[in-house]
Amino acid sequence: MSESHDPVPNRIHARPVPRPGRWIAAAILAVLAAMALHGLITNPNFHWDVFFTYVRDVTVIRGVGWTLVLTFGSMLIGVVLAVLLAIMRRSDNPVLRSVSWFYIWLFRGTPIYTQLVFWGLISVLYPKLSLGVPFGPEFLTFDTATVITAFWAALLGLGLNEAAYLAEIVRAGLGSVDKGQEEAARALGMKEATILRRIVIPQAMRVIVPPTGNETISMLKTTSLVLAVPFTLDLTFATNAIGNRIFMPIPLLVVSAFWYLLITSILMVGQHYLERYYGRGSGSERPSRGGPGPRRFRRQAAIKAAGTSKDDPFLEVTP
Amino acid sequence: MTGPATPMVEVREAHKMFGSLHVLRGVDLTVQPGEVCVVLGPSGSGKSTLLRCLNELEELTGGSVRLDGELLGYREDASGRLHRLHPTAIARQRSRIGMVFQRFHLFPHMTALENVMEAQVQVLKRSKSAARAKAVELLERVGLSGRMDHYPAQLSGGQQQRVAIARALAMDPEIMLFDEPTSALDPELVGEVLAVMKDLAAGGMTMVVVTHEIGFAREVADHVVFMDEGVVVEEGVPAQVLDAPQQERTKDFLSHVL
Repeated sequence: MSESHDPVPNRIHARPVPRPGRWIAAAILAVLAAMALHGLITNPNFHWDVFFTYVRDVTVIRGVGWTLVLTFGSMLIGVVLAVLLAIMRRSDNPVLRSVSWFYIWLFRGTPIYTQLVFWGLISVLYPKLSLGVPFGPEFLTFDTATVITAFWAALLGLGLNEAAYLAEIVRAGLGSVDKGQEEAARALGMKEATILRRIVIPQAMRVIVPPTGNETISMLKTTSLVLAVPFTLDLTFATNAIGNRIFMPIPLLVVSAFWYLLITSILMVGQHYLERYYGRGSGSERPSRGGPGPRRFRRQAAIKAAGTSKDDPFLEVTP
Repeated sequence: MTGPATPMVEVREAHKMFGSLHVLRGVDLTVQPGEVCVVLGPSGSGKSTLLRCLNELEELTGGSVRLDGELLGYREDASGRLHRLHPTAIARQRSRIGMVFQRFHLFPHMTALENVMEAQVQVLKRSKSAARAKAVELLERVGLSGRMDHYPAQLSGGQQQRVAIARALAMDPEIMLFDEPTSALDPELVGEVLAVMKDLAAGGMTMVVVTHEIGFAREVADHVVFMDEGVVVEEGVPAQVLDAPQQERTKDFLSHVL
């Protein structure tokens, strides 16, 4: 028997506290789940044959592609603009500070749906776009409708709106870095731009990146609003169009829900690794002294252990 | 104190207001090249603020600071009128002054070696290999040759402060400022940092040290300044200020810390 090898000679073998509530809850839920599953399978109105016909339909797959393009494209626009807005917001220049404040106020203060309709109507509002001196000569003129197509209107609408939310996340991230870091860099004679690029942003990343991942997941579903432009190639529009054409909206709704859930699940896996990499939520373990593991992991762990950038529980802003 | 050369630091009638709080109330201070000046005083006496004004982390409200004869933060035109310097020029002046903080403020995303290399590359535009060579030499000098690839979080407080000293020295500063460099350390780690500072003093570095380590002041300082309520109460050689203070406030302070 291995009893004799146990390093704890008087190991406690006690009976656990009885938890009947767990068993009762599990039993009730099992019944409810069985009922739901039974309904899903036997209810003819779900038309599972139609679901399986259209889940891999060319138009649907193309819709998935356009939805992904819109998601990542608008996030890219959002991130670039957000960093710019956040840096402007910290600037000494009062003009830049107010412009940034005004932008965030405007784009967070109006519904994304309204903004998308607006972008769709931009060519009605401004039929011609021209480069030139105000009230003076014009050098270049475009037809707005040919330059800003429905796709670009949708992408700009989503991206510019997202920038306002991300700007707040970036600002909170930059603000989370200990002021002593900037002072130490300043005392060494570094210029403000160098301090931001070399000292502040690398430490702020662990506060900025995880909520940005969340925003990406949220954006995936926000793209379903582009019919307001109207942009007609994304997943929601494609499945709705088919559903209306064959008079079977329900199975086609399930098709679109299936694809959104699948992509969200994949993004969630990415988000999990992102959060683990930046060490959010887990304990305050010190990085092992010169220990193994890829260098960039040790670097993130070291930033976290130094405690110079704070986790802010109120940071995550979702529309 | 009749310095034949230009003083390394010359503070004249320094006043500093934080809103309505009058922290420095007309401070004069002269530090000669190669001198170790220790500033003592109760907390709130303005000694840290004075130090921060010496490298422009705080802007003076009145008075002037000169570094080796050069006015800090301003340009004086022919009519004696002051013009604020561009931030780039101020950054250049700061790069000539080394500063060591109470809480180290090492860059946590960089190893000890990278911490010491960073400003050499970014500010002095040294090549990476030259910066690395200099960093290795300095880290060896502060006794950390085995810790170069460690991140600050992997180092003890005393080791971190020694890296911070090496980081400041890497800029080849004309003067080193120490703001309570041992106050955040566990007692058994104070000695190793003071040893590095003594070594620096012996090497002829001009130093201004704000500290509560009376023993260090007695042993290393050439010049001790006692501040209280924003003014210099008493100054002189250690034997005079520490052992035979003339002012009641100095006597009172020393009776509490000794």
